[in-house]
Amino acid sequence: MAAEPDLAAEGLLGPREHPARIALRRLLHHRLFMLGAVLFGIILVLGILAPVIAPVDPDRLVMRDRFLPPSFAHWFGTDNFGRSLWSRVVWGAQLSMFIGGAVVAINAIAGTLIGAVAGYFRPLDNILMRINDAMMAFPPVLLAIGVTAVLGPSVNDVIIALGIVYTPRTARIVRASVIVLREMEYVQAAVAAGAGHWRILRRHILPNAMAPLIVQLSFLFAYAVLTEATLSFLGLGAVPPTPTWGNIMAEGRQYMTDAPWIIAIPGVALMITVLGLNLLGDGLRDVLDPRLRIQQ
Amino acid sequence: MGSIALRRLASALPVLLLVSLITFAMIHLIPGDPAAAIAGSSATPDQIAAIRHNLRLDQPLLVQLVHWYADLAHGNLGTSLLLGQPVLAATLARLPVTIALSLYALAITLLIGLGSGILAALRQNTWIDQAAMIFAMLGISVPNFYLGLLMIIFFSVDLGWLPTGGYVPFTHDPLGWLATSTMPAVSLALLLAGLLARITRSTMLEVLRQDYIRTARAKGLSGSRIVLRHALANAMIPITTVVGIIVSLLISGSVVTESLFSIPGIGQLLTQAVLNRDYPMVQGALLIVTALLVLVNIGIDVLYAALDPRVRYDGG
Repeated sequence: MAAEPDLAAEGLLGPREHPARIALRRLLHHRLFMLGAVLFGIILVLGILAPVIAPVDPDRLVMRDRFLPPSFAHWFGTDNFGRSLWSRVVWGAQLSMFIGGAVVAINAIAGTLIGAVAGYFRPLDNILMRINDAMMAFPPVLLAIGVTAVLGPSVNDVIIALGIVYTPRTARIVRASVIVLREMEYVQAAVAAGAGHWRILRRHILPNAMAPLIVQLSFLFAYAVLTEATLSFLGLGAVPPTPTWGNIMAEGRQYMTDAPWIIAIPGVALMITVLGLNLLGDGLRDVLDPRLRIQQ
Repeated sequence: MGSIALRRLASALPVLLLVSLITFAMIHLIPGDPAAAIAGSSATPDQIAAIRHNLRLDQPLLVQLVHWYADLAHGNLGTSLLLGQPVLAATLARLPVTIALSLYALAITLLIGLGSGILAALRQNTWIDQAAMIFAMLGISVPNFYLGLLMIIFFSVDLGWLPTGGYVPFTHDPLGWLATSTMPAVSLALLLAGLLARITRSTMLEVLRQDYIRTARAKGLSGSRIVLRHALANAMIPITTVVGIIVSLLISGSVVTESLFSIPGIGQLLTQAVLNRDYPMVQGALLIVTALLVLVNIGIDVLYAALDPRVRYDGG
């Protein structure tokens, strides 16, 4: 009988590296992901450090300092009420990060729950997905406007509105993964071994459905920030003088010929955030779920 | 093809029913008394009661629902509180403006998105590919209202080439329509062109690696014939499905674009309705636009079946 090859000695059977470590290593070598991480990281850090780096109250009116262009004294200039644009943009970053993060959290919980239940429990699939289809039939911004019209204009209501708008999209992605995973042999083995439905979902299916969900949530963060800015710009989001980027641009619109920095600077901040998140999403998709490259 | 259209229409009926139910429910989700919210803080109890009566909010929910569907069946979506005219008439009057703007933006999206996506795929890993993809990434990252503002500053204020806003119907003055619609359409289209360019590139790259393309090359067919007849024809199948998403995003984008450029379309109507708590208008406009989008998607499904025989043979 021929001797079996010593795979360990040949380096083919070493200690298995954890998949998360492999993904992280690949991400760290993904140039566009790293660029996205830096861009998004800048805005995130600005938002977190807002109380330290922008101690001036973003709503403080200094009428003698109206329409001052960017300078050493006023890094981003001032607006029509003499308010510091640096403070307003930095506090706006904090609000955008908070809103984006909250919408992602709502989607991660509600979208996963609805998608998992629909994908795993067949009798519920039809009902849940028809409601899902109906919610997805509405154009996203229009539905967000409709919901904010009902709930009212405030940061919390905008978060709820965006949560309602985007959860069906997340649920659909989770459901698609769960339907495939449910038929896998290891899941059938768990069923045969007598594991309960929720245990199977929680321990065996959902951990393997995480890759497309993480990719979706990174793009969703960008959509949430963008849609919130759109709602604020239209006057349908957080009430002025709340320093959201959309509000700052809406107020600066009247003075865009004489003081273009009032709209230019928050616009660039918004663009950097969305660009960073899109690059992050692309990188995550390439590394975690390359099959999605075309579907996206 | 007709049977596919009918099947798609039948499968869309439950969705339309649910869409109308969600739209009906909206007004009842207003925290507190919907009639008081609509009337505003300075309204008298009589005014609130009148609104409650006019909107049938004083009747049982089931009765309201029956009336809602009976009215829908008669094409009655209520009366706008702001305009004082029927919601359906007000919405239909604004619809051609939004459709014209969306079609113009869609044409620009297809031209730039398909063109740059195909070019990037054919010149993969060259500077052309990289430039096209950088443009696409920037396109999907720039908010359309921000792009619109920058265009107003540059093309209207600085150069004086185009008006800052307003609208001239195409039927009155085609050149005037072009002048007032170009900036809004471009600001709407660039984001979607970026999206389409990325999808077109990746789809084309997949198709260009197929065996039948290699066979076509081996047969000595010209490059342009291979691209147009063999590669693009097959790449168009998945791309067509994206057009449905693009139309939905165009309508979404038109809300802010119309408000920014003072274009009297559905988007501006909806924004004004929300700002003035004109809930019947919000409900009606949302319902009409969403129903139209469902129909557009059915049309795209039928087109998909026309492009891909496998869909027809599978029975849709």
